[in-house]
Amino acid sequence: MITTQVNPTRMELTKLKRKLVTAIRGHKLLKDKRDELMRKFLDMVRENKALREKVEAGINRANKNFVLARSVMDDEIINVSLMAPRQEVYLDIHTRNVMSVDIPQFEYKTKTADEHDIYPYGYAFTSSDLDDAVKSLADILPDMLKLAEVEKACQLLAAEIEKTRRRVNALEHVMIPDMQEKIKYIMMKLDENERSTQVRLMKVKDMMLEQAHNYSKRMMEQQ
Amino acid sequence: MYRVAVLGERDSIYGFAAIGLDTWPVDNAAEASKLLKELTDGRYAVIYITESLQAMLESEIDRYSAMQVPAIIPIPGVSGNTGMGMRNVKKSVERAVGSDIIFNNE
Repeated sequence: MITTQVNPTRMELTKLKRKLVTAIRGHKLLKDKRDELMRKFLDMVRENKALREKVEAGINRANKNFVLARSVMDDEIINVSLMAPRQEVYLDIHTRNVMSVDIPQFEYKTKTADEHDIYPYGYAFTSSDLDDAVKSLADILPDMLKLAEVEKACQLLAAEIEKTRRRVNALEHVMIPDMQEKIKYIMMKLDENERSTQVRLMKVKDMMLEQAHNYSKRMMEQQ
Repeated sequence: MYRVAVLGERDSIYGFAAIGLDTWPVDNAAEASKLLKELTDGRYAVIYITESLQAMLESEIDRYSAMQVPAIIPIPGVSGNTGMGMRNVKKSVERAVGSDIIFNNE
């Protein structure tokens, strides 16, 4: 079905044919892009799932430890103990290009070089449960940052795959058939014009011969 | 240099301060959404948010999913794991593939 009217001219035909070639090539490229994105995405999403399970289990463990710590210590003491953190986490962002999707990569730095130097309090007034709790959180931190990176990458890749898939489908099911239809229409129209010109010429030739030689008169005389 | 923020109910997040993340305790969704806007001004590359808050701010958080930073990542709170975070992963699979092929409707 032709949605818009086209001029049945040779110029239009050449233009359309050229466009069709580009569209087919674009379609093939986008399809390849989609497949590769999908492969990368599936790898990444599996990693995401595993990391998330690990991080969620780790945080739950830490939360349990914190609840334990709170049960044996006063709220004020906990608050005071954690008030002045010793550690600070900074992130540097690099981007990695995966099939034209820029994916952020986090590189983290801590303020104190020793990663075990995390307890922002003296041990005199705190319970050892608090130490355990802080330790369990510190242990899970690298995985948490990795999770953030992977989960973001998955979101970005999912958006790009969706976009690419739409484009592939639009090309495959709308643009390319539409152009092929138009090309067919123009070719038929041009053929039809050619035939009608030929018939007209034959007719004119007949008429001219008739005028020059008076065939019909002669036929009548013979009879 | 970017920092890392943690947004959630105070009881769920106060421990993260000890390991060097910035904690932003909130009590209700309105406050959280206001704070989230402030935190997404470019200072923070990663914002962890408790699952219960994430459930309330879903529409606002979805806006940032197409941006490179910040990454807003749900984490379970002290009240336990609601499965919200996994649901998000599942959602992105459904978005990309069209149907869920990783979790098989777990």
